[in-house]
Amino acid sequence: MATWTWFHRFGSPPFVYRIAGRCAPWFGAGAVLCIAYGLFGGLVLAPPDYQQKDAFRIVYVHAPAAWLSLSCYTTMAVAAFVGLVWRIKVAHAVASALAPVGASFAFVCLATGSLWGRPMWGTWWEWDARLTSQLILLFLYLGYMALRSAHDDLQRADRASAVLAVVGVVNVPIIHYSVYWWNSLHQGATVMKADKPSMPAEMLVPLLVMFLGFTLFQLWVLCTRLRAEILERERNARWLREEIQEGA
Amino acid sequence: MLQPVVFFLIVTTLFPLSLSPQLSQLRDIAPGIVWVGALLSSLLALENLFRADMDDGTLEQWVVSGQPLSVQVLSRTLAHWTVSGLPLVAASPLVGASLAVPAAAFGMMALLLALGTLCLSGIGAAGAALTLGSRRASVLLSLLVLPLAMPILIFGARGVDLAILGESTRGPLLLLSALTVLTLSLTPLAAAAAVRISLE
Repeated sequence: MATWTWFHRFGSPPFVYRIAGRCAPWFGAGAVLCIAYGLFGGLVLAPPDYQQKDAFRIVYVHAPAAWLSLSCYTTMAVAAFVGLVWRIKVAHAVASALAPVGASFAFVCLATGSLWGRPMWGTWWEWDARLTSQLILLFLYLGYMALRSAHDDLQRADRASAVLAVVGVVNVPIIHYSVYWWNSLHQGATVMKADKPSMPAEMLVPLLVMFLGFTLFQLWVLCTRLRAEILERERNARWLREEIQEGA
Repeated sequence: MLQPVVFFLIVTTLFPLSLSPQLSQLRDIAPGIVWVGALLSSLLALENLFRADMDDGTLEQWVVSGQPLSVQVLSRTLAHWTVSGLPLVAASPLVGASLAVPAAAFGMMALLLALGTLCLSGIGAAGAALTLGSRRASVLLSLLVLPLAMPILIFGARGVDLAILGESTRGPLLLLSALTVLTLSLTPLAAAAAVRISLE
């Protein structure tokens, strides 16, 4: 029983509001440090790639953005599912706060991929399987946000968009593999060689640090957005008034 | 009720007019035209799937009837398919002939379209139920349904492509069938949940 009581508190808006406020600066500081080191290591310390020269360095932004756009969607769907099944308001707030973050990462991933494609493939856009499935992921995010904004009633918006997020997350692997299947039929997978030489440590370490930094950055943004979301949802609650008066 | 079919015929007429009337070229792009046309015209019909039932209170009766809501939603979806998807299947040889698809591929094209529109009806039922309580539902519905419908388009168009070339369509056919079975068994649950939410 005792083990469950601490868990239950994550369903209460005041508790989450305070925890998010307390964690946000730590995540923020960690993100700034990691990204600063990762950028320095990736852009200055790492040697240029023997094939792609300096163009490969965009990977330090591109790959973490791609990873976060996917993980945001999964987290969003899990939060939506939790909110749908156990009717936890905070879970819906998490899903709602995450959607624009994930959509931005998907967009950054597409934009950097396109920038990299210009010198490497000689074109801004290639119907590559990875780019295409990333584009569809962006569409999924846009659909989710559109559905949310189309409802006036907050509770209904929460629950309807939660159903969509769950349907979407079941579909993501199907879409992903069908796009790969389609792509392998239409053009050989020549774009990225499968037998890539493994990265030397001075290239890999900054990349891993960037992954960590982007994840911390996402948590930082999530905490901040979640607080804003709770502020808006609980604007008539007494605890919030007391909390704000205390802080002032 | 006839609107989706007419829309299908008109949209597929636009392509020869805007691209080129050369038969050899048309045959190359025919699978894409047929599938995009079919997807868009089924989408057009989807908006009315639950709307009338919502307005006259039928949906509430379903919920209070004590029968499993997902089964009722599924039967409504299948009934809707017979008037929206099936006519497209029936009209497909006509469209195929106008796009220089060889007659031998008509059967396979109709079969693939039947599976694909069924699958789309399943996804669309969830989408239509989700947009029941919202404003400007039709644009929103396409935004929700089209990204989820991409696999149908990929398998369907590839199958028609292979059929036109006279090759075996086993792969896309089996994949599309699997997708249809999966969709029709899972999406009624989502659609039922969405119907409940819209009535809350």
